[in-house]
Amino acid sequence: MQKALPFRWPRTVWTGANRLDRWTVLVVGIALLLALPVVTVFLTALRPPGEVWRHLADTVLADYVLNSLALMIGVGMGTLFIGVPAAWLTAVREFPGRRLFEWALLLPMAIPAYIIAYTYTGLLDFAGPVQTLLREIFGWSRQDYTFPDIRSLPGATLMLSLVLYPYVYLLARAAFLEQSAAVLEVSRSLGAGPWRRLTAITLPLARPSIIAGLALVQMEALADYGTVQYFGVSTFTTGIFRVWFGMNDATAAAQLAALLLLFVLTLLILERLSRRQARFHHTGQRTQRPPRLPIPGRWRWLASGVCLTPLLLGFLIPAGQLIVWTWRTAPRVVDERFLALTANSLGLASGAALLILLLALLLGYGQRLRPYPAVRVAVRSAGLGYAAPGAVLAIGVMLPFAAIDRSVDHWAREWLGLSTGLLLSGTLVALLFAYCARFLPVALHSVEAGLTRIRPSMDDAARALGAQPRGVLWRVHIPILRGSLLTALLLVFVDVLKELPATLILRPFNFNTLAVRTYELASDERLADSASFALAIVLAGIGPVILLSRAISRARPGHDALS
Amino acid sequence: MTPFLELTDLDIAYPPRKVIREVSFTMHCAGIGCLLGPSGCGKTTLLRAIAGFEPVEQGSIRLEGAELSRPGWMLPPERRRIGLMFQDLALFPHLTVTDNIAFGLRGWKAAERRARVADLLRLVGLTDLAQRYPHQLSGGQQQRVALARALAPRPRLLLLDEPFSSLDVTLREDLAREVRSILLREGAAGLLVSHDQFEAFTFADEIGVLENGRLRQWDTAYHLYHQPADRFVADFIGQGILLPGQVGDDGRVHTELGIVTGMPPAGCVAGDDVEILVRPDDVIHDDASPLQVEVAERAFRGAEFLYTLKLSSGARLLCLAPSHHNHPPGRRIGIRLDIDHWVMFRRNRTVTCVEAPPVP
Repeated sequence: MQKALPFRWPRTVWTGANRLDRWTVLVVGIALLLALPVVTVFLTALRPPGEVWRHLADTVLADYVLNSLALMIGVGMGTLFIGVPAAWLTAVREFPGRRLFEWALLLPMAIPAYIIAYTYTGLLDFAGPVQTLLREIFGWSRQDYTFPDIRSLPGATLMLSLVLYPYVYLLARAAFLEQSAAVLEVSRSLGAGPWRRLTAITLPLARPSIIAGLALVQMEALADYGTVQYFGVSTFTTGIFRVWFGMNDATAAAQLAALLLLFVLTLLILERLSRRQARFHHTGQRTQRPPRLPIPGRWRWLASGVCLTPLLLGFLIPAGQLIVWTWRTAPRVVDERFLALTANSLGLASGAALLILLLALLLGYGQRLRPYPAVRVAVRSAGLGYAAPGAVLAIGVMLPFAAIDRSVDHWAREWLGLSTGLLLSGTLVALLFAYCARFLPVALHSVEAGLTRIRPSMDDAARALGAQPRGVLWRVHIPILRGSLLTALLLVFVDVLKELPATLILRPFNFNTLAVRTYELASDERLADSASFALAIVLAGIGPVILLSRAISRARPGHDALS
Repeated sequence: MTPFLELTDLDIAYPPRKVIREVSFTMHCAGIGCLLGPSGCGKTTLLRAIAGFEPVEQGSIRLEGAELSRPGWMLPPERRRIGLMFQDLALFPHLTVTDNIAFGLRGWKAAERRARVADLLRLVGLTDLAQRYPHQLSGGQQQRVALARALAPRPRLLLLDEPFSSLDVTLREDLAREVRSILLREGAAGLLVSHDQFEAFTFADEIGVLENGRLRQWDTAYHLYHQPADRFVADFIGQGILLPGQVGDDGRVHTELGIVTGMPPAGCVAGDDVEILVRPDDVIHDDASPLQVEVAERAFRGAEFLYTLKLSSGARLLCLAPSHHNHPPGRRIGIRLDIDHWVMFRRNRTVTCVEAPPVP
């Protein structure tokens, strides 16, 4: 009854010392390529400082540092102040609207910081509805009152806090949910009152998660370009643009970028350190989730207010303003060019997202196939781009691409007698490369989290049944991971759609995206006209927020709400 | 005739540690074997090397005469035609029972594939559940799917990595017996990894005992029990106690229980210390015997008692007695030795001496 399979000549695999097989080379190659921008920035920054840098150091550098620091600290405090109370209330208390707030508090994530800055500028400026209303009520005229200018450092701090607090909210809430009832009951039996329970147990236990959220927020605050540029606040990112475009000095721009990267890296190291000291695990079996305590009397409406305020300020009001503007200007703005631009933007974002997902799959799976230290280090270094603000990354892409273009052009003139011009820089290739370097870690995180949940025996079983490594990826891993891959795709898609500074620097001539057009119109003070473009970005951004909130409502204590 | 499976002087290392050292054994015909040993002895590593997942540092692995692995080279697992059944089963969660079984049948004609899957479903008795997903099945059913999936492409050898250990003890032996008969019916060779000797005895014709990366003995269950090659095997297989003795001037072995009839290991001279393997069934409870020893512990086993006896020197002895012989601890009872196969080890040496050649 034995029916022999057709004999296939054995193909060999070298093992042992010789580990330069195809997968290793592929994975390490991709990873090092993606690390290129960050490495370039650092290497360029090592050049001796030139005239421009000395000029910067004498004049505006201190401003850049102080403003960036102030923004970072201010936004950090702002997001803590908004995010932690909201997280605690929705995680452990019961009050009117709790179930709605649980997910709705994430909605501000859908609005890029520069868009909320534009809408509040429009709302609060002299001719805007707020001041007009005040004047009508009190009968003031221009000289009778002073109104705080939103286009300032405190204004930028507020704007960024309003759209970034969901990071703190998300991580803090997961930490509060994880805390077991038993720990709180023990502390009660030891005589701790509500205030002491909060300050001695609940908050300290959640601290590592809160700090992780805080680090993410501060990274984003440092990376912001659109808001601070529009508000005229001089930070590192605006400085990089000024030096690059205004003074045409690549070295000085790279030096500024490197300094900014050092800030970010310090932040990440501090976060790691604070986590190492305090890693809390619940001892014993996972116990019951503490029952939600209803908030007594009138206080419960206060709780609703605490949750409603950020939702109102961070989403409902700006989204409402965008809708009003769009309603007014759409007949004029939405034309064939608008549709073409939108299609352009969506096409670029989906293409980039697919490419990034593919690379993340290759790196994640390659790492699983070849778990050597060298491979791991290479893949980690590919993740550096996530810490790099878009402006920094753009510089890191521009410099090597321009160098390649120059040398190819030089070679072609010499040997072929013709000029090749710009082959890479100023093309979509450069832009896509920057997106990959910047957003690959987002996708890689999802892929890796998914892959670790697939037991290695699954791979071995498939191989023993005759599947080759890439067959295992196609037939086993990708079908099992379908859900998390789609999530990753969507997250990256929206990130690319929103991305402003790198797109501004690297886009091909006359190539526009929704984000760039929004920025251009707002810079021309055509805020109402920019609303249609902005609204398209926000609408796209709501998709991932809904996915995240679904993950949250399904998540139980002890399970990762994000992966 | 070429041997079926042949491992020669095999070393496997997880640098810097060697986990398998100088392992050699041969399965002459395509039968059913077992690698037995305590956890951490390297048996799973050895199995994974045969399957093609671990490179070897020294030696070679051959199947039906063709080399599978040698230092610096190995045939990838997907080209070995060796099936593998995992401890955690590793069923593909996104595929139905049918698709799981058909996974390894790529390249078969659709009609043949359908027929093969139907045959296997019938063989493991899961025809009714063909369209279920793994999570909708019970533990035993999942086990059968894993077996059918591994057998589907007609592997030359099926490796089983403790596939029964997740089941409870009673089900375990039944399933081991069932899998054995399925393998025989399919005409497939099998190699099981286990830490449970009863599972190994039920399942396998030949058993290799591994300890600390070394193969101690490759033999039938009967021989492992009655002719252990060394102290480790004697201790690991079955119950028993090593009774100390000494070679006297007459060349015979003297113990606390008298002069024994077995001969000391070859090379022993007068005055050498030896140890004698005494199994519980070698010690017969006999009220008439002049040899009286004290009961130290008593364990009720239903049909029998397992007595732990204390000799006057403090040495212990195990004794199986029918359960109507009920003696409380402290009581002195009569015993006599009734040993067919004398197994003696010179202290700290590993030499066996067998007087009566056993008849399995």
